Amino acid sequence: MSIATSTPLKTANDALGIGHLVGRALIVLALLALIAAPLAVYPVFLIKILCFALFAAAFNLLVGYVGLLSFGHAAFFGGAAYITAHTVKEWGFTPELGILAGVAFAATLGLVMGFLAIRRQGIYFAMVTLALSQMVYFVFLQAPFTHSEDGIQSVPQGLLFGIIDLSKPLPLYYTVLGAFLLGMVLIWRVVNSPFGNILAAIRENEPRAISLGYEVNRYKLAAFVISAALAGLAGAVKAIAFQLASLVDVTWQMSGEVILMTLLGGIGTLLGPVVGAALVTAMEHYFAATSIPAPVLIGGCFVACVMLFRRGIVGEIRHRLKARSSR
Amino acid sequence: MLSSPTGSAERTGDVILAAEGLTKEFRGFAAVRDVNLKVHAGSIHALIGPNGAGKTTVFNLLTRFMPATRGRILYRGQDIGRTGPAKVARQGLVRSFQISAVFPHLTVLDNVRVALQRPRHLATQWWRPLSTLRSLDDRAMELLTAVQLADKADLTAGELSYGRKRALELATTLALDPQVLLLDEPMAGMGHEDIHHVADLIRQVAKGRTVLMVEHNLNVVSQLCDTITVLARGEILAEGTYTQVSADPQVREAYMGSEDDDD
Ligand SMILES: Nc1ncnc2c1ncn2[C@@H]1O[C@H](COP(=O)(O)OP(=O)(O)O)[C@@H](O)[C@H]1O
Ligand SMILES: [Mg+2]
Repeated sequence: MSIATSTPLKTANDALGIGHLVGRALIVLALLALIAAPLAVYPVFLIKILCFALFAAAFNLLVGYVGLLSFGHAAFFGGAAYITAHTVKEWGFTPELGILAGVAFAATLGLVMGFLAIRRQGIYFAMVTLALSQMVYFVFLQAPFTHSEDGIQSVPQGLLFGIIDLSKPLPLYYTVLGAFLLGMVLIWRVVNSPFGNILAAIRENEPRAISLGYEVNRYKLAAFVISAALAGLAGAVKAIAFQLASLVDVTWQMSGEVILMTLLGGIGTLLGPVVGAALVTAMEHYFAATSIPAPVLIGGCFVACVMLFRRGIVGEIRHRLKARSSR
Repeated sequence: MLSSPTGSAERTGDVILAAEGLTKEFRGFAAVRDVNLKVHAGSIHALIGPNGAGKTTVFNLLTRFMPATRGRILYRGQDIGRTGPAKVARQGLVRSFQISAVFPHLTVLDNVRVALQRPRHLATQWWRPLSTLRSLDDRAMELLTAVQLADKADLTAGELSYGRKRALELATTLALDPQVLLLDEPMAGMGHEDIHHVADLIRQVAKGRTVLMVEHNLNVVSQLCDTITVLARGEILAEGTYTQVSADPQVREAYMGSEDDDD
């Protein structure tokens, strides 16, 4: 059929919903900025942003593209950090093996938590993930290897692949950047794939997807595991970068923070969680110096943003660009 | 264009779908009570009855979207009472919904693609680009042409008019090449033009397939359907051809009495 061949295949979610050429140019610019960033900003600060950005992007894969709101993602983030820190410090794993162990742990935990939660809908799904992640929190609190309040400290950074010295700021930064980009490309691929098309269909109309023969719970579970593994990657990398795994990263507050970052930046957009994570991390950093407690200020900013931009910052920009181009 | 399904073991006339003593209770209230139904392969079978009679619930039970309280469901001679709804669909027993079921934010073309992906093993590949799905476009456009939506392929499904959404739903259902179609009020809310078109379409797709449909428009039912089952308050009131059923005094009282006036 002639129409079929001339029909442009719409990418379901190009980064901002803008034209392809402009989009590509922006991506190249952003990459250059990321590569040059440590010249202008402290690498440690950038590393923190990248870790949370990957965490938020992993979380968004689930809430934005499958429509499942997890309130337990800290279990994967913080859990992987513990496993990576322990295997590297106590078992002498190389950084890459330690990170791999952390990711494998997060994926396995994701399989179990996802299996138990996926049958529930809406708020019940969020509640089950919260309950399960609290159980994970208590396990880590009690387990001797985590050293409870102290956490696992002074994790040796070692040589990545035997050559890259992670104790130096720049090699460390580019390693974290590499992990971040790997995660982002993977998310982009999953979302814009045949599998991603089915995820979109399930999110849009679940009964209809079932009536077309899809075992929707298996698709949701697969997405849950991918999301958990990537959240784990973020946590594992953070443990190496900051030489620390602590209870903070497995608390329910951390699960809440990643929700906030994603909402702020824009649910269901590729770049939204990255922007949201950067904003929240920056606010925490700068407000720490003021006398007003940071959570109050961040909470205030969050409320203001949600009122002003219902779709989140990137979501709002995308919406306006689309509205303008269709006029 | 709308080729009949392949590999069907049933010959025309055999019972392809049957319900035996099918009952569904919602907290003690029997929405469907002791329904015995036989749908013959190759026929167009109508399920009619006043609102709240339990027609949609029967569909939900037959396609396993809801567990039955009691009774058996036999599809191609197999008891499917414990089979999941997605598996039932994969076995060729596919339903549509009373409230039009499209994927509103996907394009019209993508809606049909979603249905084509699974049978063509293109549903789980998360590592391949979206352009892989281009191989489905020819078939998808064929189906869209059949329901006169080819020129709307690039619109978002949510933008379509109600009647066109139903047409898209039909194209999506047909993409699965089902053996038995369960259509829940496929023409509700359509204008005269569309009704004729969809009736033609159903007649066309029914060749080599079996259709069980809920429909309120008795004109359509009388012209389209071989067998009619009348449901009232969850129970079967009458069954037979249109002439037989419409002569039944019980049916006239329960259902047709009021309907006769507005035609
Ligand atoms: N999920 C449900 N929970 C409780 N009652 C229901 C449910 N679904 C349907 N019913 C009831 O069952 C009866 C039959 O409904 P339905 O099958 O939708 O009728 P129809 O499709 O013939 O109009 C109605 O009284 C309706 O209120
Ligand atoms: Mg109904």
